[in-house]
Parts: sequence; structure tokens; C-alpha cells
Amino acid sequence: MTITTETRPGSAAVRNRRQSIQRSVVILVVITVLAAFAPALLPESSQTIAVRVLIFAIMAIGWNLMSGYGGMFSFGHAAFFGIGAYTDVYLLEHFGWSPWISLVVGAMLAALVAICIGYLAFRYKLRSAYFALATFAFAEMLRLLATNTSWVNGTTGFHVPLLPDNSWSMLQFAANAPQYYYIGLALVVICLLITMFYLRSRTGIHTVAVRDNEDAADALGVNVMRVKLTTMALSAAITSVAGMFYAQYFMFVDPDIAFGQAQSVQAIAPAVIGGVATLWGPLVGALILGPLSDLTAGWLRNPPAFLEFLSGRGGLDVVLYSILLIVIALVLPKGIVGSIRDWWKRR
Amino acid sequence: MSTALEVRDVSKSFRGVHALSEVEIDVAEGSIVGIIGPNGAGKTTFFNVIAGALRPDTGHVKLFGKDVSGMSPHRISRLGMARTFQLMRPFGSMTVRENVVAAALSRGGNHRSAHHHAHEVIEATGMAAWADMVSDSLHTAALKRLELARVLATRPRLLLLDEVLAGLVPAERAPVVDLLARLRESEGLTLVFVEHIMQAVMQLSDSVVVFDRGRVIASGEPAEVVADPTVVEAYLGQELPGA
Amino acid sequence: MTGPTNAGGTVPSKDGTALRGGSRATSRLSLRHSTPLIVTGALLVVLFIAALLRSGSMGITGQALLTGIISGGVYSLLAMGLTLVFGVLDIVNFAHGAFLAVGLYITYEVAHQAGLNPYIALPVAILGLFVLGVLIQLLLLNRTMGGTLERQLLITLGLSLLISNVLLLAFGGDPLSANLKSDPGVHVFGAVANLSRVIALGGALVLAVLVFLLLERTSFGRAIRAVAASRQGAGLVGIDVRLVYAVTFGLGTACAGAAGMLIAPFTTITPTAGDQFNILAFVVVVMGGLGNVMGAVISGVIVGLVEQLGGVAIAGQSPLLGVFILFLLILLIRPQGIFGAASS
Repeated sequence: MTITTETRPGSAAVRNRRQSIQRSVVILVVITVLAAFAPALLPESSQTIAVRVLIFAIMAIGWNLMSGYGGMFSFGHAAFFGIGAYTDVYLLEHFGWSPWISLVVGAMLAALVAICIGYLAFRYKLRSAYFALATFAFAEMLRLLATNTSWVNGTTGFHVPLLPDNSWSMLQFAANAPQYYYIGLALVVICLLITMFYLRSRTGIHTVAVRDNEDAADALGVNVMRVKLTTMALSAAITSVAGMFYAQYFMFVDPDIAFGQAQSVQAIAPAVIGGVATLWGPLVGALILGPLSDLTAGWLRNPPAFLEFLSGRGGLDVVLYSILLIVIALVLPKGIVGSIRDWWKRR
Repeated sequence: MSTALEVRDVSKSFRGVHALSEVEIDVAEGSIVGIIGPNGAGKTTFFNVIAGALRPDTGHVKLFGKDVSGMSPHRISRLGMARTFQLMRPFGSMTVRENVVAAALSRGGNHRSAHHHAHEVIEATGMAAWADMVSDSLHTAALKRLELARVLATRPRLLLLDEVLAGLVPAERAPVVDLLARLRESEGLTLVFVEHIMQAVMQLSDSVVVFDRGRVIASGEPAEVVADPTVVEAYLGQELPGA
Repeated sequence: MTGPTNAGGTVPSKDGTALRGGSRATSRLSLRHSTPLIVTGALLVVLFIAALLRSGSMGITGQALLTGIISGGVYSLLAMGLTLVFGVLDIVNFAHGAFLAVGLYITYEVAHQAGLNPYIALPVAILGLFVLGVLIQLLLLNRTMGGTLERQLLITLGLSLLISNVLLLAFGGDPLSANLKSDPGVHVFGAVANLSRVIALGGALVLAVLVFLLLERTSFGRAIRAVAASRQGAGLVGIDVRLVYAVTFGLGTACAGAAGMLIAPFTTITPTAGDQFNILAFVVVVMGGLGNVMGAVISGVIVGLVEQLGGVAIAGQSPLLGVFILFLLILLIRPQGIFGAASS
């Protein structure tokens, strides 16, 4: 293999980055245009599904940046999602601030927290499983704190107060209003653009370099700590946006929803299923996972004969998606997008 | 001529094993110093200590007059030192060009100049044919060259090479040796290199340092050192490789 | 943190995570390694005094002490299984808590559906989960041995979700119980514990000793330790490594199942009841040193005490908060655990 690659410069191993970013932007424009027509084509009842897909996508894009491209496996992205969500509802309830301001405040807060966790973890050279466990423990700690802290309403959580009219400035619209979908879509597009250009930037290039070989990057003059923390901060900020948007759309947040283990999983699963360290992986994964719960709920409402015994039960959606997660991890470790990309090149 | 590297009384031990003992070395700016010694003599540990990957237990290292002992590798690198690794450490998911660009970018400057510089380095190291190949798919000789191309992209003033030539077949060695000689002429590059291939050591070096069991047992002109009885004894029973 | 090869925090290499037990474990408790243990002991004393001052009652503090030791014993058994799997297979098994939940539901079935004494479920839970673990290792995890840690983490994470949601599908989300018909209080040094809790502690200790003897005194235990020390080496001397993997994973899940059964009579049974124990088991395992069986047993009790005493000392917060603070401190300051995971 090593010898043949040398003699075939036109083979699969060849890559040209300049072409690839132009292509990515073109693909993004096409996807955006197509997605913009979705509300006209889909029934109004599927809006919740579409918005859920978008929220999953934002979370997974954030996770993928840090854990996919950066190689720092986070098991606690719920921490950042929850910070985004709680910042939004807290500032709304106590100061009446617009969610758009909370978006910025929440993102900054999440980035700050990420920098603190990251600094401590990397200062003590935590890696791999230890790092994952530390992020996990941190998210759980935030959940416990939120549960037992009265000034964030403890276990009760927050309801977003209903407004009489649609309001862009307060990011609130009538249920099933298409505005939610378009705002979510815009956020996804912005997050993807940020990812694309970040990966092209000096720090982004060094992020991948550090993931591939930390010692070599260090020896070449890359400030490993700064690069890792920057990537973590950006990843946390992106995921916090998903939290803010979640709170505004579903209008309710409590410690389990915001900081629960399930939320961390929902940042990981779409990226893994779609393809870790691929640009489109999180989006593809979200498109698969987002509809799953409504789909299975639909089946179980009028179950086919062989599912009769499950009628009225919950959990089938997670059963399906955990099976998908296991199968992907077993047979397609590069995820759907990564495997298609490899196949396309080898063909 | 000023001193590029000054090493004083550097010791390093691992769990009671002395990997380096009271090492003292001076390298003049613009000179080429070859380091030889049997396996396990402490050559790579020496590189790791001066490049910041390991902190010395005692002593200090000065780089262009600045004390760098205990400094992190990336800060030392930015002071103008670059090192290659004996076991190649490519950024595996990146192409050769991306590897070199990543290195060039660590020195500031914009993307355009980094790409331009990377292009020059790739041409000079004869990597052009591999430039757009993913580095994980390269064979050993190409990876050795990639190591060299990457460090050169950081525009070092002092270069530490750890067995870069050993992985190359003789025909591939000549252009690399020429390149290093040229860089020294044109940019005043200082070179410290660990090498088993005595022919290259004799041909390139202004002076040679011999390590044995963590100590410097001899140093001086290549011809003198090779004739030194203690050196011959260190390689006891072995023919001096290639001499 | 004595050398460059196992500077704290990096996941120890295969040969650095050899199982510790018996003589090696006792030598580990020698003076050279005892500083962190003394610090931990001091911390427990401080917590005890803090709990005493906060509550102002010896009764409450003594009760916390007893409860802490009891839950700690169960954590020890649970964590033993987890650390065994890590030490031998290099797998961070995120589904460990879910296996405990299976043990809970098996007990519920025996106690409620069959109307029998819950403790009859103990052999059922041990055997059932052993078989489940062996099958999972043979069918799923053996295919990815030697793969990246993240990949296996993802698979066990998927398993954890799968198991708890299959339980949700099968039993629904309403809390269930498997109480004893009569569960009298037992007085121990002025504190009171229900009989079921005392049995849980006793059972956990007996089973822990049995697992320990299995590892130390049987030829199969020797094979397991050989594989932990070196995969290739064990393979070369004719040990069926894949079989050892499967049986070890089965032993690990059986520990979780047994722990689940033992706590079932005083635990609210829900599909996600295992989550909390999963976290606790990880705290114990990291504290004891990944792969260190003896370390896990002792750390289990420490974590139980920190949880209960901390719960009294920092009233108003969840008792788990103290455990997490301890966990993060250990991860940051001494990630190789109190007793060390890497070889000395």
C-alpha cells in the first residue's frame, strides 16, 4: 500500500482543500434553499419534528467541533446546552431581556465555563476516558446544583411567559408559526459557516494538528493549550445556542431537561451516526434522529399487530436510536457521511 | 561567532536511571554538530531536554543567550529552535501540504505567505510529488522528509534532527544533505543532528559529540573523535559504523 | 507521578493497568503510597466533624456513618465489576448501571410476579447477567477489541440507552418496588438500619470476597490476570483470550446484577435507576485506580461515607454533590487514583 500510493498521485489519498471549501459553501447554499421550501411542502404538524432536527443539529455541530475535529471526547455537552437554556429563561424571567441578548450572554458564559473546565483538565493532562468522565461529572454537578438551588427555581424550573402577539425581538411566535423553523435554520447555517471558516483558520488548522499529534504540534510552536481552549470555547458557545433556542421553542426548562445525561447523548449521537469529524455528519445524523420519536409515537398510537403489546408505552424511539448508535459504532465507525466519502474516493 | 546553544551541567534521570549526567555542550551559531553514540546513550533524551519535552533535573539550557530550561516546547520553538522526531509524527489526517502549512502558520504571518513558504519548502525537500497526499498513506522515507519539511517551514535558526537520514536510501540522502548545507550557507542555520550513518556525520559535521551512558565522553573535530580510544571503547567490540 | 511513562492522567497503557489484587495490592498500601490514603482518611474525619457540628447530633451523624458504610459496601461490589472490565478489557463500560437496573427488575419479577422471597432472585440475577454479559462481549464487543476507547465508550453508551429503554418498554416508567414482607430495623451501635440493608452489606462483602478468591486462587483467575498483564503474552502461552474477555465481562455484569438484587428491597425501581449508580461506580473506580480491584473495594466504602456524611455536612444540596466534588478533585489532582492504576 505504501509503495503504490507513491506511484499513483491521482489516487484516493489526494485532496485539495481549496476546492473543498468552495464546494462546501455551494452545498450549503443548495441545502439552505431546499430547506427553505420545507414549510410549504410539509404538513404543519411536522414543524416540531423539523425544529427538533435543527436543535439536534446545532448541538451536534458544537460537539463535533470539539470532540470530532478536536479529538477531545466530551460526555458533558449538556452543561453547555443547559447554560444556554438557563441563561435565556433566567434573564427573561428576572430582567425581561430579549433572548437575542441572552444568546450572546449564554454563549459567552458557556465559553467561559468550557475554558475553566478545559484549563483544569488539560493543566493536569487529562485525556481520553478520563477527560470524558470529567466533562460528564461536571455536567452532572451542574444538574445537581440547579436541582437544589432556589434562585433558579430548583426542580421546578422555568416557564417562558406567553406573549399576546408574535414578537421577533422576544423570539416568540404562535405555536407552529414557520418563523421558529426559519430562525432555527438560520442558526444551523450560521453554525455550519462558523465551523467551516474556523477549520480554515490558523487555530482551526492547529486544532486538527493537535488532535493528530499533540507533541509534534507543540514542538512546531503551536500553543496547544490555547488552541484546545479556543476550540472548546467555540464548541460550548455553539451548543449553548441550541439550549437558548430549545427554551424559546418548548417554553419550559428544568434541571433534567437542561443538564441531564440524555442531553449530552443528544449532542453526541447525531454526530456519531452522521459522521464524526465531517462537516455534514451532524446534520445528516440530526435528520435521522430528529423524526424518530414522533415516528415511533405514531406507530404506537395505532400499533401494527406485531407491536400491539407495546401500545401506550414509551422508549421505542430511544431503543431504535441506541441500536443505530451501536451498529454505526460497530460497522461504520466513520459514520454515514464519512463512509460515503471514503467510498466515493475509492471508487 | 556567538553561541546558538549552551548546555551546562544538564542531568536527567528516570526512576533512578541516569539518562543524562552533567552534560555540557556549546554549539556556535552557523556550525554543524553531529551527535553519535551507542543505542541508549541518551541522545534522544538530550534532544527532548533541550527542546522542552522533558524538564532537566539540574543544569540549564541557553538558546541564543536566553535561558530556556523548563520552558514549554512551543515557546522554545518560537525562539527559533525546531526538532524532528526519531519516530515520525505526522498530522495523519492532513495532506503533506497541509502538514507543512500548519507548521508555517505557527510562525505568524498570513495564510498566503504560509502557503507560499510551504510551497517553497515542499519543492526544496523534493516532496512536490506527494504534496496532496494524505500523510497517513506515506511510506517511511517520505515521512522522514515530511518531518524535515515541517520543521523547515518554521524557519528555524537552530535545527535538531533525530536520525532523519537513517530512513533514506543513499540516493535520497544526497539531496537532503545538500539542502542542509545550502541552508547553512544562505541563512546561517545551526544544525545539531543525531545520526548513525557515519559517512554523513563525517561529511557534514564541523564537530562531533559522542554520548555514552548519559555522558559526553568525547567531542571535537570528526577525525579526532573517531580516533579517540574512549570512543572506540564505547563501541566496544563493534566496528565504528561506517568509519 | 514518578516518571515520564505514566505521568498522571494519560490513560495507562495496557501493561500499566494489570489487575491488582492480593499481595500486589497489599504492597500497594505500603508507606510509600500511603500519603493520599492519609489525606483521604483526614478528609473523612473532617467530614465527620463537619457533619457532627452541622447537625449537632451524634445520633444523626452515627446514622449517616452506618448508612454510608452500607451503601459503600454495595458500591464496592458494583465497582469491582466495573474495574475488572476496565483492567482486563480496557473498556470503559458505560452500561454498568443499566446492568444493575436489570438486576432490580429481575428481583421485582421474582418478588411480585412469582410472589417469592426477593433473595431467591440473587442466583437468578447473577447467572442471568453473567450470561447476558458473556453474550454481549462475544457478539458485540469482541469485534472491536483493541479499537479506540471512544468507539467502545459509544457502544457501551448505546447499550446503556438500549437496556434502560427496553426496560421502559417492558415495564413502563412508573416506579416499582420489591420490598420484603417484613423488614425490621436492626440496631448497630445506637444507629438503626433495616434488615434488608444489613443483608445487602453482608451479601456484597461475601460476593466481593468470592470474586477476589476467584481471581486470586483459581487457575481461571490466573488466566484473567495474565490477560490483564499482557494480551499477547497470554495468547502465546495458550490462553484463549477471547474466552477470558467474555467471562470477565460476564463477571463484571454479574457483579452489577448482584448489586442490583441486593439493593432492590430498599430501592425505587425505575428503568433509569441505574444511572445514578453508574456515576457512583465510576467515581469509585477512578478513586481506586482504574483496574485496581482492591482499590475499588476500599474506595467504595469511602464514597459511601463521603456521600452520607457530606449529605449531612452540606445540608440543602444533594448528597451526590460532595461525591462529584471529590471526583473532580481526584481526576485533577490524582487521576491514577488513591491506590494507583499504573505499575510502580
